[in-house]
Amino acid sequence: MSQIDEAVKEFLIESHENLGQLDVDLVALEKDPTATGTIAGIFRAVHTVKGSAGFLGYSKLEAVAHAGEGLLGRLRDGSLAADSEIIGALLSMLDAVREMLASVEAAGHDGGGEYSELIERLTRLRESAVAAQAGRSGSLATGRAASHAAAGIAQAANSTPATAAPRVATPAGEKPFVSKTKPGSSVVTPRSPGSSTVVPNLPLTSGSEPSRTLSPAAKDSAALPAPVSDSRIRIDIKVLDKLVNLVSELVLARNQIQQNIAAESDTALVNAGRQLNLITSELQEEVMRTRMQPIGNVWNTLPRVVRDLGVACGKQVRIELEGGETELDKTILESIKDPLTHMVRNAIDHGIEFPGARAASGKPAEGRILLRAFHEGGLVNIEISDDGAGIDPERVARKAIDRGLVTPEQVALMGEQTVTGLIFLPGFSTAERVTNLSGRGVGMDVVKINVERIGGIVDVQSKLGAGTTIRVRIPLTLAIIKALIVTCGSEQYAIPQNSMVELVRLEGDRARRGIEPLHGAPVYRFRGKLVPIVYLRRMLGLDDGRDGLPGSGGAATAPRDDVTNIIVLHVDGRHFGLVVDRINDTQEIVVKPLARQLRGLSCFAGATIMGNGTVSLILDVLGLADSAHLLPTVRESALPEAELPAVDESQDRQAVVVVETTDHGRAAIPLSSVARLEEIPRSRIERVHDQELVQYRGQILPLINVAAFLAARRDRPQPAATEPTDPADRTNGSVHVVVCSDGERSVGLVVDRIIDIAEESLAVRGPAGRDSVLFTAVIQDHVTELLDVGQFIARSNPCESAALVAAAAEA
Amino acid sequence: MAGTQQFCTFHLDRFLFGVEVLRVQEVIRSQEMTPVPLAPPVIRGLINLRGQIVTAIDLRRCLELSDRPAGKKPMNVVLRTDDGPVSLLVDEIGEVVEVSDERLEEPPATLRGASRELIRGAYQLDDRLLLVLDADRTVNIV
Repeated sequence: MSQIDEAVKEFLIESHENLGQLDVDLVALEKDPTATGTIAGIFRAVHTVKGSAGFLGYSKLEAVAHAGEGLLGRLRDGSLAADSEIIGALLSMLDAVREMLASVEAAGHDGGGEYSELIERLTRLRESAVAAQAGRSGSLATGRAASHAAAGIAQAANSTPATAAPRVATPAGEKPFVSKTKPGSSVVTPRSPGSSTVVPNLPLTSGSEPSRTLSPAAKDSAALPAPVSDSRIRIDIKVLDKLVNLVSELVLARNQIQQNIAAESDTALVNAGRQLNLITSELQEEVMRTRMQPIGNVWNTLPRVVRDLGVACGKQVRIELEGGETELDKTILESIKDPLTHMVRNAIDHGIEFPGARAASGKPAEGRILLRAFHEGGLVNIEISDDGAGIDPERVARKAIDRGLVTPEQVALMGEQTVTGLIFLPGFSTAERVTNLSGRGVGMDVVKINVERIGGIVDVQSKLGAGTTIRVRIPLTLAIIKALIVTCGSEQYAIPQNSMVELVRLEGDRARRGIEPLHGAPVYRFRGKLVPIVYLRRMLGLDDGRDGLPGSGGAATAPRDDVTNIIVLHVDGRHFGLVVDRINDTQEIVVKPLARQLRGLSCFAGATIMGNGTVSLILDVLGLADSAHLLPTVRESALPEAELPAVDESQDRQAVVVVETTDHGRAAIPLSSVARLEEIPRSRIERVHDQELVQYRGQILPLINVAAFLAARRDRPQPAATEPTDPADRTNGSVHVVVCSDGERSVGLVVDRIIDIAEESLAVRGPAGRDSVLFTAVIQDHVTELLDVGQFIARSNPCESAALVAAAAEA
Repeated sequence: MAGTQQFCTFHLDRFLFGVEVLRVQEVIRSQEMTPVPLAPPVIRGLINLRGQIVTAIDLRRCLELSDRPAGKKPMNVVLRTDDGPVSLLVDEIGEVVEVSDERLEEPPATLRGASRELIRGAYQLDDRLLLVLDADRTVNIV
């Protein structure tokens, strides 16, 4: 049965429901042949079956339903009155449909049954002007049809290929029961005298009874894998909500018991507690699952929308779907369905350019829309990206001013990102031409409202000429999540586990020195990467000076007890480390939304009740990162391989490592090319041909003194890179090295000290004064040279390095 | 129009306040409270009300009264709101009083600033003044 695809499954469930009602309705109709409402209902139901069967390609089923529908049509328009013969024929039709459905379910096709006689009978009845006519032949046919039908199902069961062996075997075993009853009833029918007093009952027996005997048999026979119709019921979503709430409470009670039982010595009690724990977890999982559906259910319709719209607009568009298996709560899923469709329509209508325009700007003629769904930081993220024209902030600003939504003065104060965000204002529509596709009126404001209604956030990033990404983030307000419980200050906080990468515990000396104290922008070296560090105490304003921690000079923030706990978190494609006082344990927590009064706090995703009954806040990792200014203001487009034109760097903030060179100059190195910051003991530095080298991570790393290199006296031999200029300055006789890499080659830049890691808009800049410097800029109020790392890497001379490697290998 | 209304009364500093009795879900004694960092100062924390998380708003702070003396535990007046229950922290609970609608008067001029916004009016009781709190405005103060 698992082979049956969803559409067929739904068809089966729906049809079985319809048929159940039809049995009742037909019998009711027989009692009151004038009940037009009932007839209309029956007609609709049969029509639906016919339509779905035709759609799914069950032609035999369609033909039978079609014949039945024709007859019902006559009843509906009043040209025929329902008499028992007609009812009988319709019931036979129903049985035939049922048999075919059973066959569909068991074998995947509508069976080998022969229903032409039944169809003929239905057709004949439809055409007969007088209903009372031909009673005998009708009932005869009924009998035959039924036996044919029985043969049909038997055949279907027998002819089922060996795919589902156990299931085939069972009906075969039950068959004697079926065939015994069926001939019995079908034989009786034709033999009964044609007297009109008996006939009315006969079609009923011959029509409905086989079905009654057959269906239980069929049910029994399929007892192990229950028929689809029996395996599903429809439940009011309110009942599920209630269940979810109750389970949430149960989880809390479980947690409390868990805590109290830990100290218990009574083994029986402890075991019972353990059992309760397991069962509760499982129950909770299952209950949550009842409400979860993959987002694919909603967006599977989108390729069709895209295709049709593309054709209608004369644009070539391809849609890619990623993460369709991401599960969402049903209610949330339903409320994002329309916004999602709308945003995709927008992307095609307003985003993707016409093929000619695309070719002119060097893009492939076929536009690309990417839908991506994923869980991150306890939120469901949905991104809709296109590689179209992007949003022109100037045009947006002009439109918004024209429409009186903002004043020019307001716009003047806005950043580009904020201006782009104006498209979410009610009454905004950028389409120069009003098309009937995404239309006007229902715009992005409706999308925004719909998303916010379920507690979500929507934002837009766009690069003119390169495309637009709309990101929708929806919190899991209903969910139970796994979380890490930490202590900070006097309170416990929960951190959703899905954004956690690793826990790092630094003890003793490393606790003091692991985090490099860099002027309020502390970093930690995590697996070869520098991750910025955020102190939870500071973020939450818990320090307030009462711990005697000064605002700057990161070293002072090192907590007591010589232990530093860092939680490395992953958010928005970046890592950062969160320092907390203590890491406790992991727990499953019930996420409860914060009251409206507290929703403005971006650092918290919600609250939960702990095992001991106290309330704890759940940290919003994304919000924390955002508050700590760790996220770039303009995020990269979510289209990974799209060829975006070079970004004008003057508009972007750039993260740089600011260093002091050994001649006391200030230089900055783009963080993107920095692999690690190292402190290398002098004893490890080796020298080959005036070039200083260090064996570093299985490689040979050439060292270059920045100051000396920039002095650029190539006519002279380079001075030793690591010559101590002021030995008293140095600790442990080691040098500070910024390891830079272009992906293949690396170079170690020797500096006097690392001052800071800063993120600056390098807007105020001057020309480069010398070689290997990109430009000078004001960083943290000091004129700083931005180094051209590529030059340094190139000049560390690959050929020579290779020779050196060989030389070193020899040595 | 001469209906009467019932008010749940409570004490704050030297004043007697009241909210419509129908708005009050329950009154509970001091609860353990989890402070919410970065929250506005009127929000004192979150309490666990039988598995439900309820925000506690300090009425003294809303009304710009001085803070409760240290060691004095507040009572919770839990209000029903569209957004779930919200607790108001008060000094002490008074009785339920029934007053005639007609007797509602303008808030006394002695009230200043923010507190004036939150007070709908006053009733002259026999021995003192009952200030009527605007429950909706109070819970939306943040």
